Amino acid sequence: MTILGQLALWIALLLGAWGTVVGYVGGRRGDPELIASARRTVYALAGVVSVATLSLVVALLSNDFNVSYVASYSSRNLPTAYKISALYGGQSGSILFWAFVLGIFAAAAQWLTPRRYAYLMPYVASVTSAVTLFFVVVAVYSANPFERLAFTPIDGNGLNPQLQNPGMVIHPPMLYLGYVSITIPFAFAVAALLSRRLDTGWLHAIRKWTLLSWVFLSIGITLGMWWAYVELGWGGYWAWDPVENASFLPWLTMTAFLHSVMIQEKRGMLKRWNVVLIAMSFVLSIFGTFITRSGIISSVHSFTQSTVGYFFLGFLVVIVLAVAWLFWSRYDLLQTEAHLERALSREASFFFNNLLLVGMAFSVLWGTLFPIISELVRGTQVTVGPPFFNQVNIPIGLALLALTGIGPLIAWRRASPQNLRRHFLMPVGSSLLVATTLVMMGMRDLYATMALALAAFVIGTVVQEFVRGSGARHRLHGENYALAFFRLTGRNRRRYGGYIVHLGIVAYFVAFSGNAFKREVEASLKPGESVDLASPFGHTYTFTHIGVSQYEALNRFVSAATLEVRKDGRISGDPLTSEKRQHVDSFGRPTFEPSTEAAIRSTLREDLYVVYAGSVNGTEETVYRLTINPLVAWVWIGGAILVFGGVVTMWPGGGPGRRVGGESVGGYAAKIGDETVERIETPEPVAL
Amino acid sequence: MSSTTRRDFLRLGLAGVVPVFRGQESQDTATARLWQPEMAGRPQGRVTDYQNDPFVIGIEKRLRCTCGCNLDIHTCRTTDFTCTYSPALHREVVAMIEKDMSAEEILAAFVDKYSETALMAPPKEGFNWAGYLVPGVVITMVGSALLWILLRRQTAVSPTGVAAAVGAPFGTGLSSEDAARLQEELGQLDG
Repeated sequence: MTILGQLALWIALLLGAWGTVVGYVGGRRGDPELIASARRTVYALAGVVSVATLSLVVALLSNDFNVSYVASYSSRNLPTAYKISALYGGQSGSILFWAFVLGIFAAAAQWLTPRRYAYLMPYVASVTSAVTLFFVVVAVYSANPFERLAFTPIDGNGLNPQLQNPGMVIHPPMLYLGYVSITIPFAFAVAALLSRRLDTGWLHAIRKWTLLSWVFLSIGITLGMWWAYVELGWGGYWAWDPVENASFLPWLTMTAFLHSVMIQEKRGMLKRWNVVLIAMSFVLSIFGTFITRSGIISSVHSFTQSTVGYFFLGFLVVIVLAVAWLFWSRYDLLQTEAHLERALSREASFFFNNLLLVGMAFSVLWGTLFPIISELVRGTQVTVGPPFFNQVNIPIGLALLALTGIGPLIAWRRASPQNLRRHFLMPVGSSLLVATTLVMMGMRDLYATMALALAAFVIGTVVQEFVRGSGARHRLHGENYALAFFRLTGRNRRRYGGYIVHLGIVAYFVAFSGNAFKREVEASLKPGESVDLASPFGHTYTFTHIGVSQYEALNRFVSAATLEVRKDGRISGDPLTSEKRQHVDSFGRPTFEPSTEAAIRSTLREDLYVVYAGSVNGTEETVYRLTINPLVAWVWIGGAILVFGGVVTMWPGGGPGRRVGGESVGGYAAKIGDETVERIETPEPVAL
Repeated sequence: MSSTTRRDFLRLGLAGVVPVFRGQESQDTATARLWQPEMAGRPQGRVTDYQNDPFVIGIEKRLRCTCGCNLDIHTCRTTDFTCTYSPALHREVVAMIEKDMSAEEILAAFVDKYSETALMAPPKEGFNWAGYLVPGVVITMVGSALLWILLRRQTAVSPTGVAAAVGAPFGTGLSSEDAARLQEELGQLDG
């Protein structure tokens, strides 16, 4: 089967090269046969890369330990789900997986893009084939997943225990989907530059793709946080690790793009900036992969160091130079159609929002690379950890949160003082009320208080927008408020989906503010002994050690330490059990170092987080780390809201361009050529 | 747990027959040995007051563990229980505290011994200031420039021109009655 996989990779190599050339030449000449060939090549490429990927999955499932990759990342007693997830658990498998996902996305882009964008498609085929080709080249020449050993081991090493977690089965594919799908908007941007058709056509063609990519990145990042929280056992979910930062960077620039693209669609402004943002997002996604795989920066997440770093560095250089040249040579075609007129306008708030998002991306990148910069400048390495990132990025984050609330309240083009007064009154009032209440209740942490007050401000904004819109529908159409609410959202999915996303962001900030009130204690307890821990919400939890049990499971030996929990003296739920897992091979021999499974009891207010550190002198006397993590559940809730909002925004149909009986709804949209362009007015148009 | 219970049960039974087990029983019921202690991770010592001392933790959170994990000493020793570096570094911190060294002196001692990488964030001195200030300065400068341009343009725009543009979209494809109702509703929305 691996011979088939190897063969498929070689064919992919040829197809990738063919698709790259024929797509470009076909686009330049407008030759229908070459264009059709480029399109078919993309489908064929997806097919052969799928065959290669399937071959590796079969090798993993059939325990073909003669294949070096299978021997390194799987074992006979590894549960089937993890055998499949081992596909992306190692360097070469993940490269192949990347090529596979990209192949599928490229084919989908060719398949799903409406015919009116046909002029872009050969170039899109060329770019996606080129990027797929790059990953296939890396797989063939630097990280071949089908490499065979000179002997066949009886069993494999198994998968790292920390990767044997449901979150780790889903998190990497989601992140890959996010990273990889950025290639499609990037391919359209390059196609628009190559074809010199730089109107809003390419933006409309990529709208769903950018949202899809952003949603996948959001899911991937949130699942990564969840995995770190439940699996790594440190009680946190974000450590500003270089690899975490690498996933955050394209998310920030994509978020900036999703805002700035509205300015181009409505006002014909920021054309250059939008091209730059898409290119930047793609480059950052490749840069993230470079960081993870090159070993240039030390990270807990890094793959084994290998030569793939050089490939990625070379690819990065080529992309940056090519895009820079294309951008420069088409600079004049990207003229703005209008100028920003007022500092107090929706457009201006989007400008500042973009500034902060990209500024934050720069800040995170700067911090991530600062150890290298410091070594280059001073010859001395430094460590840039969470204290640095928090110090630099929390103020930027809070400013962004403020703008999340301010933006929707300001009218397009200009805002009058009356407009500002009327729209800001309720959100500002709720913000001040929350801030005052928190201070009166004794909260003294400045950032946490600001975050919660600004959260109230944004919630006030969003609620006000929904209430006013629903109210207008109720008065105009006589609908009841619930129906008015659903129709308002359904017919303006982009706008109100965006507001839902804002609520998700608020939930994240609420969760982040909880970090300031974390409580923890370490204790060694004999059976029957207890330790108290005060919650920031005023409760006292009493943890009583019950004992340690040991048993064998499928591919591990488990030591489970159990605690009874009392809240203010009363038994609170079932006992909590944290585990030490010693993974073993099929002969019962220990493989990796023992891993720890935290016990977590989660409520909306706080999480109880129990970690079994180990036993004293081999007895049941147990060392625990007990933590109360306030508001952590809001990270996962925020992630769910964010993704829901993203899905609402990208759901087909709806939107202000929607037509009824051939007329634009409410006279708010006009059809120019094949593009729907909204008219500018104050306030933002709403399809009522 | 089940094996421990059986063992305890056996001991309790034997306790009445063989006197020598009596003394051991009282000790073991409190801290019975695990069935396979070697499978329960690296043996731990009893928790000391220093491990929960906010002063110690505060210092440890500013110092990087040298095991290569990228975590601070406190997070590493309370997370990676297989790490042998972080407990040793903790003992170093405690030893310095017992010598009445201040937090800053301890940090300086670590820098002397392990280089500047021992700190979780670069000290605010010399070139390191660039690390802290560059992002903020860049954002502030670009933001100020943007604001300045906007304010300059604002003065050049005629308010009547804007008002005319704002009024333009209404009425397209709507009856005059609908347009009037819509205008009224939007007027209420906009204030």
